[in-house]
Amino acid sequence: MKVLVAVKRVIDYNVKVRVKADGSAVETANVKFSMNPFDEIAIEEAVRLKEAGIATEVIAVSLGITAAQETLRTALAMGADRAIHVVTDLELQPLAVAKALKVIAAREQPGLIILGKQAIDDDANQTGQMLAALLNWAQGTFASKVVIADGTATVTREVDGGSETLALTLPAVITTDLRLNEPRYASLPNIMKAKKKPITAMTPEDLGVDLAPRLRTIKVTEPDKRQAGVKVPDVAALVDLLTNQARVI
Amino acid sequence: MASLVIAEIVDGILKPTTLNAVTAALQLGDAVDVLVAGHEIQTAAAAAARIAGIRTVLVLDAAPLAHDLVENLTPPLVALARRYSHVLAPATTQGKNLLPRIAALLDVAQISEIVAIQGPDVFVRPIYAGNVLATIQSTDAIKIITVRTTAFEATAAEGGSAAIEAVTAGDDAGLSRFVGQNLAKSERPELTGARVVISGGRGLQSGENFKLLETLADKLGGAVGASRAAVDAGYVPNDYQVGQTGKIVAPELYIAVGISGAIQHLAGMKDSKVIVAINKDEDAPIFQVADYGLVADLFKAVPELTDELDRGR
Ligand SMILES: Cc1cc2nc3c(=O)[nH]c(=O)nc-3n(C[C@H](O)[C@H](O)[C@H](O)COP(=O)(O)OP(=O)(O)OC[C@H]3O[C@@H](n4cnc5c(N)ncnc54)[C@H](O)[C@@H]3O)c2cc1C
Ligand SMILES: Nc1ncnc2c1ncn2[C@@H]1O[C@H](COP(=O)(O)O)[C@@H](O)[C@H]1O
Repeated sequence: MKVLVAVKRVIDYNVKVRVKADGSAVETANVKFSMNPFDEIAIEEAVRLKEAGIATEVIAVSLGITAAQETLRTALAMGADRAIHVVTDLELQPLAVAKALKVIAAREQPGLIILGKQAIDDDANQTGQMLAALLNWAQGTFASKVVIADGTATVTREVDGGSETLALTLPAVITTDLRLNEPRYASLPNIMKAKKKPITAMTPEDLGVDLAPRLRTIKVTEPDKRQAGVKVPDVAALVDLLTNQARVI
Repeated sequence: MASLVIAEIVDGILKPTTLNAVTAALQLGDAVDVLVAGHEIQTAAAAAARIAGIRTVLVLDAAPLAHDLVENLTPPLVALARRYSHVLAPATTQGKNLLPRIAALLDVAQISEIVAIQGPDVFVRPIYAGNVLATIQSTDAIKIITVRTTAFEATAAEGGSAAIEAVTAGDDAGLSRFVGQNLAKSERPELTGARVVISGGRGLQSGENFKLLETLADKLGGAVGASRAAVDAGYVPNDYQVGQTGKIVAPELYIAVGISGAIQHLAGMKDSKVIVAINKDEDAPIFQVADYGLVADLFKAVPELTDELDRGR
């Protein structure tokens, strides 16, 4: 069984994001980018499936500008076998990404597609669900445990009230939650080896999909900053302020 | 045109998050219908019909819809959605699981976690863990929206008398099967709706020590939450997590105990009315958003706080 994994290049989660002065977009110049943290978990899960003899090949896919290649190299260094890069300068929204992944899935015929539950830039949390819908496959979103056996993926999902377990007919789509696994660091030898692994570049035209955005950003702003309040000397003073000033207890 | 709100139902009970989504739908100005989908959901349907200000309650009741299997829910919902200009659901794990699936089959975008409505096609939503607010305009005919519940007041749960109408459900798609669930049972209020939330972080050092927070929470009628570090360390279950990738809360009073204040945590609680931080590190970033900061060892301060409250009442 082939496993397809979608990985996105995003502003690193440690960066304090700033808005451009004209409010048109977020500042991306001189900012560190890395693989979306949930996608590292997705790659890790796929590589473990290969190590367990369940997956035969792990294919990483990314859509985006030329620099998305770096993200694919990271995926290859973590253990993916090969990569596909859909090169485009367009602003990519989840529906567009899902449509492109659908065409790639039709060509590659994977038994499983793993995505992150959410990209930490757009915080959309949509692409996996949309892809599953377009393919008419089952979906296991927010996965914290995945067991593959006998044509079924048994997926434990994190839900607001706790967790639930579903049995999904393969092929299926899974999106990762933080506790699914702890992604490995790529070792130096594996980073060297990754340089020789193939990345196939293609264009949206090659896939025959329309990636045009459906949502137009009118402006971006920074929310009002919360002012730091006061330091209180002790518990008694805290209780007094909460009772008589803030009046919340 | 009218709006459709997809109600949140867990174990046959209508969840209050539905009321926040109804408020957002009512702001759009047109009639609002509420859809109740699942299996054996008469109680939830009756409760939905009492929500103030809505027109009709649509009921989609069939065995394959039990446990919200989205593979079975999506086909009838796609058909229904075509009758509306807007389809909304609370941005809970249920709403997030389902709405993108409907949107994709309608070939429209989905708009996640809106916090404000500026017109029938203009919405504000947080991105980058809430560090940026984007104002966006949809070009699609049908808007499929999840609503951040803390950004919209709840509509009155009583006072309405909407007509109840059954709609036809489809078959079992045969793609997915419910195996089991492990839902937290608690006497305390739910995290997302609680008036007071006490959250603990890595500073708590163990699950056992969370009892300190539970005692305090019970004194204040509050809920207990946690940082991701506390959840990852296994001190408390995943449904306690507050933050960018956990729950979003905005209580009257949020008390962060032994939490450093990473942006991913702040994303989930910085709209709380009053924030208190208890941390032994005076430089912890949590103090930059706290109205009242107490630099202290939590193992001393929290029991003291509980005692002090005992004395006060
Ligand atoms: C993609 C992604 C998503 C994430 N999503 C979330 C999320 O949704 N929610 C979330 O919370 N985090 C999230 N995180 C993790 C986040 O970055 C931080 O690692 C996490 O919030 C830290 O938790 P903490 O404050 O409990 O632990 P720490 O940062 O270790 O802080 C512990 C604090 O406790 C204090 N302390 C220790 N002992 C005592 C004592 N005896 N008395 C008083 N104070 C004490 C310390 O001074 C310190 O400030 C995410 C990270 C990533 C990469
Ligand atoms: N441009 C992209 N290239 C590859 N994968 C993507 C891209 N955008 C989104 N994804 C995948 O979809 C997941 C969810 O993204 P989103 O729906 O945008 O929150 C991510 O974690 C990725 O796995």
